Parts: sequence; structure tokens; C-alpha cells
Amino acid sequence: MLENIDFELVNWSRGQFALTAMFHWIFVPLTLGLSYMLAFMETMYYKTGDPEWKRITKFWMKLFGINFAIGVATGIILEFEFGTNWSNYSWFVGDIFGAPLAIEGIMAFFLESTFIAVMFFGWDKVSKRFHLTATWLTAVGASLSALWILVANAWMQNPVGTLFNPDTARNEMVDFWAILFSETAVNKFLHTVTSGFVIAALFVVGVSSWFLIKKREHLFAKRSIVIASVFGLISSLILTGTGDSSAKEIVKTQPMKFAAMEALYEGQTQAPLVAFGILKGSDLHQNLDEDSRPDFYMKIEIPSMLSVLAHNNPNSYVAGIKDHIMGNEEQGIMSYYEKIERGYHAQQELLAFKEAQKQDPNGEAFLSLKAQFEDPDFIENHMQYFGYGSFYDPDPEQLKKNAFTMVPPISMTFYAFHIMVILGGYFLVLFAVFLFLVLRNQLHDKVWLLWAAVWTIPLGFVASQAGWIVAEVGRQPWVIQDLMPTMRGVSHIDTLSVMITFFLFAIVFIGLFIAEVKIMVKQIKIGPKKKEDPNNV
Amino acid sequence: MFETLSHLALQQYWWIIISVLGAALVLLMFVQGGQTLFFTLSKTPEERTLLINVLGRKWEFTFTTLVTFGGAFFASFPLFYSTSFSGAYWAWMILLFAFIIQAVSYEYRSWPGNFLGGRTYEVFLFINGLIGTFLVGVVVATFFTGSPFFINDMNESFWQSPLRGIELLFNVHNLTLGLAVFFLARTLGVLYFLNNVDHAILEARIRKSLLYNALPFLVFFLTFIIWLMFRDGYAIHPESGVIFMQEFKYFINFMEMPVVLMLFLIGVVLVLYGIGISLLKKSSKGIWFSGAGTFLTVFSLFLIAGFNNTAFYPSSHDLQSSITIMNSSSSHFTLTVMSYVSLMVPFVVAYIWYTWRAITRHKMSKEELKSENHIY
Ligand code: HDD
Ligand code: HEM
Ligand code: HEM
Repeated sequence: MLENIDFELVNWSRGQFALTAMFHWIFVPLTLGLSYMLAFMETMYYKTGDPEWKRITKFWMKLFGINFAIGVATGIILEFEFGTNWSNYSWFVGDIFGAPLAIEGIMAFFLESTFIAVMFFGWDKVSKRFHLTATWLTAVGASLSALWILVANAWMQNPVGTLFNPDTARNEMVDFWAILFSETAVNKFLHTVTSGFVIAALFVVGVSSWFLIKKREHLFAKRSIVIASVFGLISSLILTGTGDSSAKEIVKTQPMKFAAMEALYEGQTQAPLVAFGILKGSDLHQNLDEDSRPDFYMKIEIPSMLSVLAHNNPNSYVAGIKDHIMGNEEQGIMSYYEKIERGYHAQQELLAFKEAQKQDPNGEAFLSLKAQFEDPDFIENHMQYFGYGSFYDPDPEQLKKNAFTMVPPISMTFYAFHIMVILGGYFLVLFAVFLFLVLRNQLHDKVWLLWAAVWTIPLGFVASQAGWIVAEVGRQPWVIQDLMPTMRGVSHIDTLSVMITFFLFAIVFIGLFIAEVKIMVKQIKIGPKKKEDPNNV
Repeated sequence: MFETLSHLALQQYWWIIISVLGAALVLLMFVQGGQTLFFTLSKTPEERTLLINVLGRKWEFTFTTLVTFGGAFFASFPLFYSTSFSGAYWAWMILLFAFIIQAVSYEYRSWPGNFLGGRTYEVFLFINGLIGTFLVGVVVATFFTGSPFFINDMNESFWQSPLRGIELLFNVHNLTLGLAVFFLARTLGVLYFLNNVDHAILEARIRKSLLYNALPFLVFFLTFIIWLMFRDGYAIHPESGVIFMQEFKYFINFMEMPVVLMLFLIGVVLVLYGIGISLLKKSSKGIWFSGAGTFLTVFSLFLIAGFNNTAFYPSSHDLQSSITIMNSSSSHFTLTVMSYVSLMVPFVVAYIWYTWRAITRHKMSKEELKSENHIY
């Protein structure tokens, strides 16, 4: 069964999607966060009429513009790529997924691009009030862009509000609100958007610190730091809170991902949290079997903390990777073996349905099969495991082996999760310290601290890329949890074409990235416009 | 209100929306057309900057319309999206690259330290103008000429040509539409410049180039249309749903949908009128007529591709795999939800209109570039 899959093609397609998505995600968080900070700064200008605030706004707006263009350029790639490289997936999810994408275009992108034009070109042409409104609407538009695509992503992690239709061989939407307000979608939106806020705040704090180090633009830098560290501190708190609720929700919806995040092989009560650890070996998920156990070079554990993180209860049971594969009757966990059998049955029924339809679309056999697909029992006990059927093998030994391949890359998920969480704690402290010192006017002579802020800028990006690795790598082998394995989602293309486009993207991205960074650095060095410049006020 | 409509009615409603977006996209491609012209029209760097900035004010609209067109197509007719994008892989990828390089070029062209040099970004704009228009024309032509694919009963698609989309270029009928769209975009670009540039020397040069673009446009466009009227088309048998080849299908569609024919004819006349007054009467308002005409013409072409029992994305390999608005759409529920969303469109158009009026009341001149806050 697994033999007919061209894994070479699957892996290049995954690589290409990862490359393009991660590249998009370098620019998007800055757009998300900077847009709000521009709005705060311009609001200060509007309220106080102080031209210094206008200078501040305009400087950050310049950097915003440089970043925005490349965010747009990389976004369109992802939209096309669903169709070009993940066509079976696109058909399967089109009924759910297309809608958020279309809404995004109609609602968010037009809002953003229209009001960005006012922001840039409108200074002398529209009233101050109109301009301020435009800046706020740009920020709202950016967040709305994020909302809809994240709703789509949340649905792949936790496919609710839909029903399989055997006629069209895809899941179809039955409840829009269930999709929009699923726990996963709410967490995902809040956590991701606030992560963008944090990154942008780190960026503003870091760049302003550089001005302080160079003893330039004192007032400008201090005001920027106040705005950014207040914004960053509040966002960090929400970020940590929603990160925690994401983890709790994953325990329910994607327990395998959760087990991989902590490299927890055997389930246990009073499970300790590995606060920091170094695993032995790098591809733990390969060659996994019944006797595998994790091997750490070293680890620091917090007793019972994982049970608290998962269930708010130190005595609760946290299931491990092997519990899911081999099942655990005591804890009521169905084994992957069983799920594979059930999913396989569902898939066979679908084939029978298609066959019966060809024989006689009004016949007895066809009608009873059709009814079965609407039967809640069948849906609950079989359709729910539809995707598992792709790992079926008539030989029971091979089937068990296949089940052990259904584990995400453990070390990657583990490290990514820990990097994110540790950095999250650090950012929170950093914002608090900066806010405290800047308000007491003691910041400018703490040069080492200022340098730390400069070097924290890249760490913000590291943390959030790591977050996406947890989310996306951690859900493997699924592209749609329990329903469609990644290997089934790809287009039928030749691997060579995908390889060529992969390298074309890589080359173009490297070029664009160098250009953006050089322009950005140059503009930061030039700094805000001189005060006496009549164009400024 | 939408939930009471039949599935077919919703499918038709969404085909109309797709047609509107497609028509708007071709109209807005005056930006791309302009990008292929600024090299030849300008003699000094200052003139070139002026032309690029005139275009730069509008590029995001074309881009966002393209993105929304893609999103709406995905949402309403996902089978088209999955089949065409993966099948004609290279055609779409080349198009995609042409748009990636456009998005950064306006912004990065004039910043110091931009790594590749301003000239490179100008060349990027040119490439985008050339490929963006031509390939869109070629791909849209396959709505009438067909493509080599096969779809199985799980709705998985298999492209039958190893060239993955490049083979579309070997069909002369496709090429005529590609070239027609290319020259149309240039013509519209010229008319847009006339309407928006305040510069006497440039204006004379711009006006002179109109004829050289409008003539080839007419030749290619008429070739495409006449050929289309005479060719066999992909018809659906209304009762059985079986697809078959019908003689003069698209001509018949015009005859059986006289309203669409009227739209088409009015559109063509408006395009010609806009060109005419700009050539003969030295008007600068031509873009309004030719633009509206382009919209109507493209809109009506989309309608004859999808309506009146026609397969809008036909398969030349396996007739019964052809994609129609009935067999490729989203579910009744999803189309209903999205129809409510579509009610926002007039509102969106209204605020865009209002905002743009507020910031572009006058033509752009050299002086404005000196005082401008943000220039490309
Ligand atoms: C500045 C970036 C940043 C920081 C400091 C954190 N996160 Fe995060 N995290 C993200 C940026 C991010 C992200 C990029 O936004 C992700 C990727 C996908 C998503 O939903 O958000 C994410 C995902 C993500 C997930 C997986 C969600 C999923 O699979 O759907 C979990 C469980 C957490 N985070 C938990 C945390 C916790 C407990 C943190 C403690 C401080 C934390 N994150 C800090
Ligand atoms: C911008 C932030 C995002 C980043 C950085 C990101 C990152 C990644 C990575 C690293 C992979 C490869 C995983 C693997 O194959 O092991 C991946 C795959 C994928 N992601 Fe994302 N992702 C992002 C957002 C999204 C969103 C919003 C969606 C959908 C709405 C999405 C859909 C997919 C799909 C379809 C794949 C390919 C199939 C797969 O490998 O599972 N991604 N992404
Ligand atoms: C993998 C799926 C994704 C797709 C298909 C996608 C698609 C797009 C497209 C087409 C654009 C350009 C829009 C324009 O023309 O203005 C864009 C920009 C944008 N996207 Fe994405 N995107 C994806 C992931 C994400 C994620 C995960 C977020 C946020 C959490 C996000 C947030 C944004 C924002 C804020 C913009 C506008 C500003 C900017 O470009 O920096 N996108 N995206």
C-alpha cells in the first residue's frame, strides 16, 4: 500500500512548502506588529500635535514599507502552491478552505492595500484625522489577513464542522461558525498574532537601542522604546497564556504531537516536564519499535509539571507516543492498529460506493451504501479514521510496522518547542526590564543591555519559526489530522519539476532577502529625517 | 436569502463573480502594459521615474485583484484550481515568478543600497508586464481550446502532457489571445498615461505610440474572435450531463444569450471609441471608455465559456473529464456562505473609490515627485 507512494516527490514538495511558508513568515510578523505600533505613534501625534511624534511615525513607516512589499510577494506564492503542489489536498479541502481564502482577499487584502496607499501618499493630501484612520485600518486589515488563513490552518489541525460526501470524495462544510470559533482556531489566531506583535516590539526596541548606543536621536529612541516595551510586555503575557491553552488543546486534538513535543514515549501519571534537555540521536522517529525509549545526554526536569500543563492536575495521566501506537485500554486509548483497520474499512466502503454507482445509480446496493455514509455510527467509528486506512497492509506484521512510522520527527518537534518556550520567557523579562529602566531614565548608560536588545531581534524570529515547526512538523504524517496523510495530498507531478522550482525559489529568496536587509540597514543608519527638513512636519 | 437558491443558481452566481473578477483583472493589467512601455517612452531618468510612479500608484490593485481572483476561484470551483494549477505546472509557475519580482520592484527600485541596482528592478517590471499579460491570455484561451488532462472518480487529476503547461504555447489559437491581451494591456497603459501624466513632451510621445499598439491588438483580437466563432465547442447534454463536441458552440452561445452578445458588442465599441477619441480628438479620457469596454468584453467572454451548458475548462484528452460549473463547484452550503460574503464587494469598491479620489485629484507632474513623501 505504501509502496505506490513516491516519497521523493512528497519530500521535495514538503521542502518547497516549508521553504516558501517560512520565508513568508519572516516578513508577516513585522507587518502584523509594526502596523499597530505605527497606529499608536500616530495617535500620539494626533493627540499632542508634537512634530517629533510625526518624525517617529514616519521613520518606522519607512521600514514598514520596505518589509511589506516582500511580504506580499511571498504570500502569493503560497496561495498558488496549494494548487500547483498540493492538488489532491486542494480538492479535498477546497470546500472549507477556499472560503477563508476568498474572504481574506475580499475583506482583508483590499483594506490593507487601499489604506497603505493613504498612509504613504496621503500625508499632505488628506486630513490628519483621515490619515490616522487609514493607519488604524491598515493594522486591522493586516490582522484580518492573518485571521482567515489561520482559521484554515486550524481546520487542518482539528477538522471540525464538516462532513464527508462520498459523491464528491471530499469533506464538505456544514457549520461555518464551528470552523471559525473552534478552540484550535481561537488559540491559533491569538497566539500567532501576538507572536507577531512581540517580534515587532523586539525589532523596535532593538533598533532604538542601537541609536542609544550610537548616542543619536535620544528622544526618538526613548519614546519608541516606551511604546514598544509596553506593547511587547502586554503581548508577551497574552502570548504565554495562549501558548499554554494551545498546549492543553493539543492534548485533546493532537495527542501524538503533544507527546513528541516532550519526547514522552511511555505515558505516566505525575509526568515531569523536561525544562531543558539534550536528546541522544537525531532521527528518533525512524526505526521506532515497541522497545524504543528516549535517551537524554542530560535533562532538567520539573516534577509533575507536564501533568499540570496538560490537564491542570498534577496526578493526571499523560499519554506517551507508544500508548497511541499500541493502545492503552486502561486509559481508553485506541491503538493505531485498530484505527488503521477502521480507516481501511471506510476506504473500502468508498470504493464499493463508487463501484455500485457505476453499476446502477438507483440500485439497492448503491442506496444502502449512500445511507451508510450519513449514518452517525459509521461516521464516528470509521470515517473519523479515514486517513489511517492509507497505512493498511494485509500482512499484520507489516501493518504494525507501518503504525510505527506514523510519528512526527521527534527531536525536531522537541527542540523547536523548547526553544520557543525558553525564548518566550526571556522576552517577557526583557520587556519588563526595559520598561522599568526607560521610565526611570536609566537605560542609556547600560550599554551591554542595549546590545542585548539588538541581538535579541533575530531571536524573535527564531522563536516564531520554531513555533511553526512545532505546529507543522509536529502534525506529521497528517496534512489534515486523521483524514488525509501528507503523502496523499501531493499533485501528480514529476519530482524533477518540483526540484527545479525549489531551487528557483531558493535563489530568488536569497536575492530578495539580501536586498531587503541591505535597504533596511541603510535606512536605519540614515535614521529619521533631520528636524529642519521642511518636508517633515 | 441565498440558502433558498438552488445549487445551480449559486453556481451561476459564482461564475458571474469569477467573470467579474477576471474582467477586472484584465482591465487593471494596464499597469503591466505600462511596464512594458516606460523604457521606450522615456528619454531621461526623470521621465522614467515619473512614468513608474504614475503606474506605482495602482500596481497593488492589479496584484490584489489577481490574488482575490485566485482565492475566489479556489473557493467556488476547487476542481478547476486543483486540476489546472497542478497540471499546467510550468505555465503557472512562470506566471507566478513574474509576479513575485513585480511586488518588490516598485518599492526597492529607488532605495539606496538595493543590492541589484535600480536598473534590474526596472527590467523586472518589464518582464512582469510581458509575461504577466501574455501568459494570462494563453491560459484563458484554454477555456475554449481545452487541455490534456484526465480526472478519476475520486476527483484526482492527471495531466497527460510531460511538458506540464508549456504545450499550451504550441496551440496557435491560444497564442492569438495571449498576444491580444499583451497589446490590449499596452494600449490601455498608453491611455492611462495620457490620463495621468502632466508633461507636455512625454505626452506627445505617448500619444504617438497609441497607434502602434492598438493596431496589433485589433488584428490579434479579431483573429481570436473569428476563429472562436467558427470552432467546435465543448457542450454539455442538459439531461445526461454527457459532454460532446458541438459545431459553432460559442457562436451559438452568443445567439442563445443575446444579452451577453449585446454586452460583448457594446464592449468592443467602447474599446474602439476610447482609442478613437485619443487618436483623433487628442482626448485624455480614452481610458474610461476603453477600460469599461475591456471589462464588458472580457466579462462576456467568460460568460460564453461557462454558461449555456458549456464546459468552461474542457479536456482535450478525455471529453468526459471536462470541468463544468456543475461538476467542479463547492457544496451548496459553502457557496451560500460565500455569497453572503460577496455582498461586501460593493462596499469594498466604494471605499476604494472614495479613498483614491481623495489622494489623486490631479495628474502627476515632475514637481509632485520632488515634494512627495514616498516615491518609487
Ligand atoms: C515570538 C514567538 C513565540 C513565542 C515566544 C512563543 N510562541 Fe508558541 N508559537 C508561535 C510563536 C511563539 C507561533 C509562530 O505563532 C506558532 C506557530 C503556529 C501557531 O499557532 O503559533 C506557535 C505555536 C505554538 C504551539 C503549537 C500550536 C499548534 O501546534 O497548533 C504551542 C503548543 C505553543 N506555541 C506554545 C507556546 C508556549 C507555551 C510558549 C511560552 C512562552 C510559547 N508558545 C511562546
Ligand atoms: C506562515 C507560517 C507557516 C510556516 C512557517 C509553516 C511551516 C511549514 C513547514 C515547516 C512545513 C513542512 C512540514 C513537513 O512537511 O515536515 C509546512 C507544511 C505545510 N503547511 Fe505550513 N506553515 C505556515 C503556515 C501554514 C498555513 C497558514 C497553512 C494552511 C492554511 C499551511 C499549510 C501547510 C501545508 C499544506 C503543508 C504541506 C504538507 C505537509 O508537509 O504537511 N501552513 N509548513
Ligand atoms: C500558508 C498559507 C498562506 C497563504 C496562502 C498566504 C497568502 C498571502 C497572500 C496571497 C498575500 C499577499 C496579499 C496581497 O496581495 O496584499 C499575503 C500577505 C500577508 N499574509 Fe499571508 N499567507 C499564508 C500564511 C500567512 C500566515 C500564517 C499569516 C499570519 C499569521 C499571514 C499573514 C499575512 C499578512 C499580514 C499579509 C499582508 C502583509 C504582508 O505581506 O506582510 N499569512 N499572504
